[in-house]
Amino acid sequence: MGAITRGIAGNLTTGGVFIASAINNTSVGSVTSFASVPSGGSLKLLQTQNASSSATIDFTSNIDATYKSYMFRFYNIHLATDGAEFEFQADTGTNTNYNQTITSTYFLAEHTEASGGGAFSYQDSRDQAQGTAFQHLGVDLGTDADQGCSGFMQIFEPASTTFRKDFICQLQQAHQNDLSLVGYIAGYFNTTTAITRFRFKASSGNVDSGTIKLYGVS
Amino acid sequence: MGAITRTVANNFTTGGVILPAAINNASVASISALSQVSSGGAEVLIKTVTASSSANVSFVDGTSGVVLDNTYPVYKFEFINVHPADDRINFLMNMSADGGSNYNVTKTTNCSLTYHAETEFVSTQFEYRADLDLAQSTGEQNIGSGLGNGNDESLSGHMFLFNPSGTTHVKQFMVVTQMLEGQDMSFNSYVGGYANTTSAIDGVRFKMSSGNVDAGIIKLYGIKAS
Repeated sequence: MGAITRGIAGNLTTGGVFIASAINNTSVGSVTSFASVPSGGSLKLLQTQNASSSATIDFTSNIDATYKSYMFRFYNIHLATDGAEFEFQADTGTNTNYNQTITSTYFLAEHTEASGGGAFSYQDSRDQAQGTAFQHLGVDLGTDADQGCSGFMQIFEPASTTFRKDFICQLQQAHQNDLSLVGYIAGYFNTTTAITRFRFKASSGNVDSGTIKLYGVS
Repeated sequence: MGAITRTVANNFTTGGVILPAAINNASVASISALSQVSSGGAEVLIKTVTASSSANVSFVDGTSGVVLDNTYPVYKFEFINVHPADDRINFLMNMSADGGSNYNVTKTTNCSLTYHAETEFVSTQFEYRADLDLAQSTGEQNIGSGLGNGNDESLSGHMFLFNPSGTTHVKQFMVVTQMLEGQDMSFNSYVGGYANTTSAIDGVRFKMSSGNVDAGIIKLYGIKAS
């Protein structure tokens, strides 16, 4: 066997310790865990989408059995049409109908900027009983430049073929009539088929701006 | 001393940079910190328990890799498709202050829930449930009421527990669960309360009011202070 020559010496201190030039990202490409290092965060950012006069915002990849739950976070979602609602649906496989069967609940707390009028109410018109419509998230949103909604939605085990798929949402909103409003939305997709994709949109008009991030929860 | 032969050369580039073949998980097992690497998110997965016909699922500090002490100021439990063996039973939680020997910490709690039936055979409700709360009770806290055991029925959600190791304040907790109730209703529960003790809480247990936890995953996370 012929000799193999390597310029290792330049990557060692005189004491025989490797210096930085000896190890790069490729060197540790086979390392999947550091047994003695505390693990990092449990949220893995998978995708970020920024709305810009968007008719829909679709997440059609990354949602599978890799994580047991997934989290969408909404940042300053601003709709183009005053009084429109921010809403979502899901679909399976590569389908694009976004019409999965949902049973859900929706209640909210609200308070006006003018003081008084604090209320807590169940929203019969925004829940679903085995419905296939888009699920309401944001309610009668305002389109003033400083208005919008932010919050999160968590979907549990979307790839399961045993259970239907629970979701839990909480969304803080600026209502078109200058109300601070927080919506508590929960329910399930009543299917045992794996859910692979989500669509977010406005009930009328476009999503003018805002950011939606998708995380896998390890 | 005999010669030691190592085929090191193949694990380096010609420029002397270490190749992946030279370093594996065992090589770095003693490394406890990566000072130049971002520490990742604030929420750290501590323990995952997968139930399988389990009488209960418990998390006790210092047991089976569980950390539930002053390492983190906030802990979060996540429930993923928890499925009971029996039908229309309750998913329960209690806490321990003696290393899991007893789950009987005094609690005062509140419980609200909203539900909506698939066929609307009952009207939609949002209500406070006085029958599910506790007032200075050591009993189990209901965090999922009437859970069904149909093949596709289960409960998911989360529970935050604040500063369990503190010895000054009571221990606050907040729970949100979403489930399919045994009569085919979407049930969304909000439970809050406190363990009325200044002793450290070092154990949390989840169980059904009857029968086993047939299946499901419960994860414990620590949330960093900074």
